[in-house]
Parts: sequence; structure tokens; C-alpha cells
Amino acid sequence: MSRALALAHRLSGIALALFLPVHFWVLSRALELDAFLAWTEQPLVKFAEWSLVTLLALHLAGGLRVLALEFLPWRGWAKGLAAAAAAFALAAGLAFVVSGMR
Amino acid sequence: MSARSETLLWVTQRASAAVLAVCVTVHLATIFYAVQGGLTGAEILGRTRGNLGWAAFYTVFVLAAAVHAPIGLRAVLAEWLGWRGRARDFLLIAFAVLLAGMGLQAVRGVFA
Repeated sequence: MSRALALAHRLSGIALALFLPVHFWVLSRALELDAFLAWTEQPLVKFAEWSLVTLLALHLAGGLRVLALEFLPWRGWAKGLAAAAAAFALAAGLAFVVSGMR
Repeated sequence: MSARSETLLWVTQRASAAVLAVCVTVHLATIFYAVQGGLTGAEILGRTRGNLGWAAFYTVFVLAAAVHAPIGLRAVLAEWLGWRGRARDFLLIAFAVLLAGMGLQAVRGVFA
């Protein structure tokens, strides 16, 4: 679990780093925001949005795990932290879907 | 790169991570709030335009990400592709400058 989460943390970091320039480029063209938002209504783009939110939550939780392991004295909870991080990412992904439906 | 520089990068990565932990938590909460009932450009910009507090928050967010992402990629390039040395570091500095520049442009586009 810990090893899988470390790999997920790294892969999500790479994906987010590659996504950031695109995200910034779109936001800097705020006047065309409505045309862009219309484009994001496509199912595949919706799925990509959900993936990015989940990856962001995963990277956050994975990063908090790293900080806890490196800076807190007791390491006996490594497995629990990995499971908590995965659960947090899943919860964030679900929260995004549910929020979007309201 | 000297051991001192490596240590400085390690500390910078952890410090930027701590800042980003707060920023990402707030950003995720904002996303969940904002997507309720769908998004429109007017709705987003109505909330953001002229809002100095949020502009300051996202400026900090952008700068922390511009520092954090290239340092993270540096480790990936070294460990997975075996790419070390000055050329890699120059490329990553350029990426940091690109992220900071584009990110601040985005903050200006949404908040100014």
C-alpha cells in the first residue's frame, strides 16, 4: 500500500505539473471563459476534470503522508497513513461529482 | 550540485509543500462550492474581479507551485531517466519561470 501510494504520489505530481501551464493559459484568457466552459461539458472532458481533482487530492494526501513520516517521530502508522491518503482522494473525487450534480 | 544546494532544495520542497497543503485544501473546497449549480464565466468573474484577498491567496499558491513542481520533476528526471547535471537544472529553472509567469498572468486575468 505504502509503495503504491508513493508511486501514485509521483505520477499525480507529474500529471499536475504538466496540467498547470494549460490551466494557467485558459484562466489568463478570462474573456473567453464561457466558450471554454461550454467545451468542458463534453463527457470526456468532464472525466478529465474529475481525474484532475482526484489526482490533486491524492497528491495532497500523499504529500501530507511524506511530511508526517519525515517530521513526526513515530513511524508505526505508515500503512494507516497510506490508506487514509487513498481514502481521502476517493472522497474528494466523489465530493466533486456530487457537488457538480447539485 | 553541492551537498548544501541539495539540502536547500530539500528544505525548499518541504516548505513549499507545507504552503501548498493549505492552498490545495482551500482550492478543493472552493472548487466543490463553485461547481454547485454549474459554472458560468460571469458567475466566476463576478466573484473574483477586484477581490484582493483571493488575488493575494492565489498569487502565493502560484508561486509555491512554481517552486514545488520543478523540484519534484528534478527528482523524477534523476531517478527514472538518470538525467542529472546543469542542462536539466537550467531546463527546470526555465519551467519554474514559465509557471510563475503564466500563473501570475492567470491571476491577473481572473482577478484584475
